[in-house]
Amino acid sequence: MNRKASSKNVGVVIVSHSSKVAEGAADMVRQMVGDAVPLAFTGGNADGGLGTDVAAILAAIERAWTSAGVVILVDLGGAETNSEMAVEMLDEKRRSHVAVCNAPIVEGAVIAATEASGGSPLATVKRMAEELSPQ
Amino acid sequence: MGSNEDVMDETMRKRLIEAMAQAVIAHADELTELDRQIGDGDHGLNMKRGFEAVLEALPATAAKPLPEALKGVGTTLVMKVGGASGPLYGTLFLALGKTISDTPTTATLAEAFAAAVEAVKARGKSQAGQKTMLDVLVPVATVLSAGGAGLGSRVRAEALAAAEATKPMKATRGRASFLGERSIGHLDPGARSSALMIAAVCDAIGASP
Repeated sequence: MNRKASSKNVGVVIVSHSSKVAEGAADMVRQMVGDAVPLAFTGGNADGGLGTDVAAILAAIERAWTSAGVVILVDLGGAETNSEMAVEMLDEKRRSHVAVCNAPIVEGAVIAATEASGGSPLATVKRMAEELSPQ
Repeated sequence: MGSNEDVMDETMRKRLIEAMAQAVIAHADELTELDRQIGDGDHGLNMKRGFEAVLEALPATAAKPLPEALKGVGTTLVMKVGGASGPLYGTLFLALGKTISDTPTTATLAEAFAAAVEAVKARGKSQAGQKTMLDVLVPVATVLSAGGAGLGSRVRAEALAAAEATKPMKATRGRASFLGERSIGHLDPGARSSALMIAAVCDAIGASP
């Protein structure tokens, strides 16, 4: 999807209940961080309504995949549960290279992508995004 | 439901899964209405979509041994339901399939069910008492584990009563928790769908020759 993105940087996946929110958050990441980070987004259920879709999340992880791993930013509960389910369905080698962040979706995605664009490892990218969450 | 009286053959697997799916589909409007009151109003629709897919795959699913059949149902629910109930019910069936034997006895069924309920707790990061499906699954697991005579009808009664008992609870997990105090006085849709599925399975077992 993003040929210019470095394969060494952590990828970012945005999972919202709404495809518009997901796309809008991805637009903001692109504008603020550029395309040094593989980025994918998904929103809506399989029928195109509000919701999240495990198969679509798996596909988004695939699109944003790099050897450094992928962080996932989510909005409400179901997006988190479905993302965790998707991670569990990955093969074992990949599973430990994907992290669901406890962070606000838009700010988290921008911060995560900023951190990832500098080549930070997965754990650092996740931690920086999660620092945005109220403790 | 000892293994001596009921053989867990293809006909039985088909009957149980079908009964569960039909119960959910028949009550889809009711579940959606409950969810409209304290959630985002999509529970019935989501569950209906999932179980319609389960019915579609049923001939192939029922032909497999029980553990594989249950995992098949779980995977379908994960992929088709959407919303948080997909991975939660999906996890329940995947975990059941992982633990159960081809021909379960009451004791091994109870063990498998208890393990599956633990898996749902982990998936939802939740416990009983938070106004969720766990408020049905946990007491049902307890009744199952205790065993004894007339188990099918007691499990059925416990499931339906436990769902009703979520009415006065305040939600502290799931979408309804956003409402806080305002979630009180409404039946939890996930508890209700769990009860419907369990009751349908009990009925189907009772109706077996």
